[in-house]
Amino acid sequence: MRVVMSWLRDYVDLPPAMTAEQLGAAFTRLGFEVEQIESPGADVTGPVVIGRVLDIEELTGFNKPIRSCRVEVGQAAPRGIVCGATNLAVGDLVVVSLPGAVLPGGFAIAARPTYGHLSDGMICSPRELGLGEDHAGIMVLPGSPTPGEDAIEVLHLRDEVIDLDVTPDRGYAESMRGIAREASHALDLPAHDPADLTVLAADDAGWPARIDDATGCDRISLRTVTGLDPAMPTPLWMRSRLIHAGMRPISLAVDVTNYVMLEIGQPMHAYDRSRLAGGIGVRRARSGERLTTLEGIDRQLDPDDMVVSDDSGPIGLGGVMGGASTEISAATVDVVLEAAHWDPPSIARAVRRHRLPSEAARRFEHGVDPQVAGPALARAAALLAEHGGATAVTGYTVVGEPPAPQPIRLELDLPGRISGAGYPAEVVIRRLEQVGCTVRVDGAEGADGADGAGDVDRAECDVTPPSWRPDLLAPADLVEEVARLEGYDAIPSILPTVPPGHGRTVVQRRRSRVAVALADSGLVEVVSYPFMSTGSLTTLGFQPADPASRAVRLRNPLANTEPLMRTSLLPGLFTALRRNVGRGLRDVAVFEIGCAYLQRADQPVTPAVPVGKRPTPAQIAALDAALPDQPWHAAAVLAGGRDPRGWWGTGRPADWSDAVAAAQVAAGAMGAQVIPRAAAYGPWHPGRCAQLRVGARVVGHAGELHPRVISAMDLPARTCAMELDLDAIGYADSPADPPAVSAYPPVLLDVALVVAADTSAADVDSALRDGAGELLESSRLFDVYAGDQLGAGRKSLAYTLRLRAPDRTLTAEQATGTRDAAVAEAARRTGAALRT
Amino acid sequence: MSAANDPYDPTEVAALAPESLDGAIEAARVEFEAAADLDALAAVRPAHVGDRSPVRLAKREISAFPPWTRPYAGKRVNVAIAAVAAAYDQRAVALTDERDARMLAGERVDVTLPADRRPAGARHPIPAMQDRMADIFLAMGYDIAEGPEIETAWHNFDALNTGPDHPSRSLADTFYVEPAGSGVVLRAQTSPVQIRAMLERTPPIYVVCPGRVFRPDEPDATHTPVFHQIEGLAIDAGLSMAHLRGTLEHFARLLFGTDTRLRWRPHFFPFTEPSAEPDILCFVCHGESVGNPDRPCRTCKSEGWIEWGGCGMVNPRVLRTCGIDPTVYSGFAFGMGIDRSVMFRNGLADMHDLVEGDVRFSAAFTGQA
Repeated sequence: MRVVMSWLRDYVDLPPAMTAEQLGAAFTRLGFEVEQIESPGADVTGPVVIGRVLDIEELTGFNKPIRSCRVEVGQAAPRGIVCGATNLAVGDLVVVSLPGAVLPGGFAIAARPTYGHLSDGMICSPRELGLGEDHAGIMVLPGSPTPGEDAIEVLHLRDEVIDLDVTPDRGYAESMRGIAREASHALDLPAHDPADLTVLAADDAGWPARIDDATGCDRISLRTVTGLDPAMPTPLWMRSRLIHAGMRPISLAVDVTNYVMLEIGQPMHAYDRSRLAGGIGVRRARSGERLTTLEGIDRQLDPDDMVVSDDSGPIGLGGVMGGASTEISAATVDVVLEAAHWDPPSIARAVRRHRLPSEAARRFEHGVDPQVAGPALARAAALLAEHGGATAVTGYTVVGEPPAPQPIRLELDLPGRISGAGYPAEVVIRRLEQVGCTVRVDGAEGADGADGAGDVDRAECDVTPPSWRPDLLAPADLVEEVARLEGYDAIPSILPTVPPGHGRTVVQRRRSRVAVALADSGLVEVVSYPFMSTGSLTTLGFQPADPASRAVRLRNPLANTEPLMRTSLLPGLFTALRRNVGRGLRDVAVFEIGCAYLQRADQPVTPAVPVGKRPTPAQIAALDAALPDQPWHAAAVLAGGRDPRGWWGTGRPADWSDAVAAAQVAAGAMGAQVIPRAAAYGPWHPGRCAQLRVGARVVGHAGELHPRVISAMDLPARTCAMELDLDAIGYADSPADPPAVSAYPPVLLDVALVVAADTSAADVDSALRDGAGELLESSRLFDVYAGDQLGAGRKSLAYTLRLRAPDRTLTAEQATGTRDAAVAEAARRTGAALRT
Repeated sequence: MSAANDPYDPTEVAALAPESLDGAIEAARVEFEAAADLDALAAVRPAHVGDRSPVRLAKREISAFPPWTRPYAGKRVNVAIAAVAAAYDQRAVALTDERDARMLAGERVDVTLPADRRPAGARHPIPAMQDRMADIFLAMGYDIAEGPEIETAWHNFDALNTGPDHPSRSLADTFYVEPAGSGVVLRAQTSPVQIRAMLERTPPIYVVCPGRVFRPDEPDATHTPVFHQIEGLAIDAGLSMAHLRGTLEHFARLLFGTDTRLRWRPHFFPFTEPSAEPDILCFVCHGESVGNPDRPCRTCKSEGWIEWGGCGMVNPRVLRTCGIDPTVYSGFAFGMGIDRSVMFRNGLADMHDLVEGDVRFSAAFTGQA
């Protein structure tokens, strides 16, 4: 809401010295935040005067129309001014900036030769004066200002405008009427209500009206105004107020309806009476009906749309925009003014359906005073009479009766309890009455005052909100009014005594540890968008039966190319990797921890669950069942060098094992050990992909990416990746089971085993462990060798076994016996032979 | 034995003559001092310290003495042996020190060589800020509550007192999941976690809910379709706006500094009544940039106050939907943008940096966690 300071002063006796900043701060404290403060006209200085065009000489030979005018500017000699506009005629009153004037944007005016003539000033367009965006022609003034008069005064060019952010619950504040009321609260000054007007009783001479659907519109009022002189212009003061308030002047009849809407808050529509076919009806649109709205767009109406109709069909989209067929024109003499009260949700739906926001619709959506149509029509009729020569004595129709506001039961101490500021009862009552409520305290009639304030504070009362406050429906709404007017700053600051908490849950601790562990192992965390393209499911090689193929699809994705929610964190990491590489970084290791989203195989739909009481356990379960699975994943992508090159030697490129290592680090932070086994899955290289298991559960994959994926995703060669489902790993929270730490000396034995080249090291390792039994403290693979000596298709795996007993020093026989048992088990399971 | 055992005069045994013992000590000292290094010292050691050294040989003579004279003789010999040993040790320590100093000087390296043998990782500032915020509330006794990111419209809107025609439900403001009428959205706020917390727990409830939220805004310098909020909810008997204010002031001071000032403006949210928006007095310019073009402030854009989020007393309608009796319990709720907090705490001008995943960006926040 753009509050024009000079306009506000019509209703509130603001101190002359009060600045827009001070007033804005007061509004902010009441809940109307200042978006910005403007001072239109402040950047116009110097001689800007009224001029009268004396004669016009057309200059030819230019590729656009150019005219040289002689303009009387209240000085001894007229000025010669060159002008490109075509909308001026001899005798017109115009605005002339004389040499020395400065217009908005620092545009300094000087006498200068142009098109072969000296132009001794400039005839201004509205835009050049800072009066809106209109630059179609120069400004021709109505009325009878005298040449030479200061145009800044005549045009009301200078003012101050406070642009306030009005929250959608406070529709009443989208008018000067409501703003004046708030200003009076803020400054503790009396305010005059512009709607406090004498309203005639409805009569029989009005244009007929009928409401067919009272759920969409509970009242319509029509006022007939006849004998309008269509040539009469909008007075300059009204034009400037409209412009400062952000609206464009159009014609007197339209401008008056807009002016009254801004002033009193009732949106109105003006029909050309001669173009109406019969009485006006209010109803829902019928299937197949169409309407051409004012801005010339032919619209298919929806059966939920509220329309204004006459015998010809719909003539307006109710409360949103009028129709073209009954529009006011330059020939309109008789006008029917309509002021209705529309159902806010119906308006909201129509605006969204037709993508047609309007000043009127916004007000109806946020709540218009249902009782203000009478004063608004009276005010509009009076303005048309005063400035348009119209008569408006009879012709007033009122149909429908909006429901009266219901009283709210309020404990008088509730505002003080909820705010914590403990307001006395008389403060509560005074503040509620200030916003326009009627307060009836229980037993107030019989009270003799001797009971003391304590009893009054415990008393209850009935509070009936004023008609302009449809937002006041419950005690909490009244609490806010009292607290707001008393000032939020007056509320004390107290830290509540919170009962002891439980700390982070095991899930939260583990997730956090995974992030720290990955970061500490040299990977950089990123946060990426969770959207992905349809094609990426195929590119990543997820098979149709894979849950990773069951992506959740958005109805309204930000980009149509990415309508899916991610089923894997990898696409987002690939994007981050590409961006880093694109910026010249080569060695990149990034990770992300976040949710993947997997549609369930048979996703049930959401049940309808009412509000106002606690849903049943079955309803809660049904709501949750409608949601997709959303497991927490951790994923990492590595490219380029992993160990950097340095003075210590050459670097080492990231390979599949770094991806496995990252997975092991993450799983290790979860207290789990992942066991790899060879697999072919999704985006990974089929020969370099490890399926990762915890026990029997598959929890993720790691390895080098498939060359096809690398090329399709435009990634660096040999990019490696891992992805883990943290939820699948689980968050077991059992106490650790530490071993009895033996202080006896260990025996270290090396064994080299020759196995078939495709034997997996993990199998050999687990066989060694199982065969060695409890005396094996650790085994470490320290060499893998394949060569001619072994023969084709063979490889040698060399292990160091560290043997130790908990209770004694091992003898050589015991040590070699254990080793032999380990080798024997490896031989049995994997065909391993001791290398000799 | 140099002489017969009996009769015997100790003074007659040459090896035990005072001049002999003193001479042996002196000779040892001279040779030890003359040794240039530990090897040379080791070479002369047997002659003065070994079994056949003069002082050791002298000790052997003692048994030849009459018993009553042996303690006297023994003492003199032991003093001499100790003196030789001390001379040796002294020289050995000196030579060892010299050798070590020489060797260590030779092992000198350039310790300013880069030592970044392992690549450096980093956490992202948003989860780091999220943890930091949560820690403040954990310390107060709050628990961390969580909820799904793809959420039912019932939790995201209905239960939060957001009417069926509320503009925030439009496709322009909320992401919807296919098909039309699925009743499933990407949560547009962390507030649905409030509803879950109230349905899952019984009062008193004190929780914060940090997490990711989604709105269909084209990304620009100050908007991103995916961002993060931290929601707070307290439900207890007798809670008031004063408690809300106290809590937010404590939070703000721990996060932005002990001199942080808060102001709050009345505002509107469907799920709280009364509602407010807390603003923080700019902790960089302290409001001095307002109307002062010579000292612009990029943290508050010279507005003096920084919008921080929304808050209010939980609307009794929301409490009833969650089965909590508003005549017994009241509560407050608040929500702040985590990304925004990172932005103004760190003076970031552009949100793109937070979502692009440039490793240089995350790395710059190391040490701020």
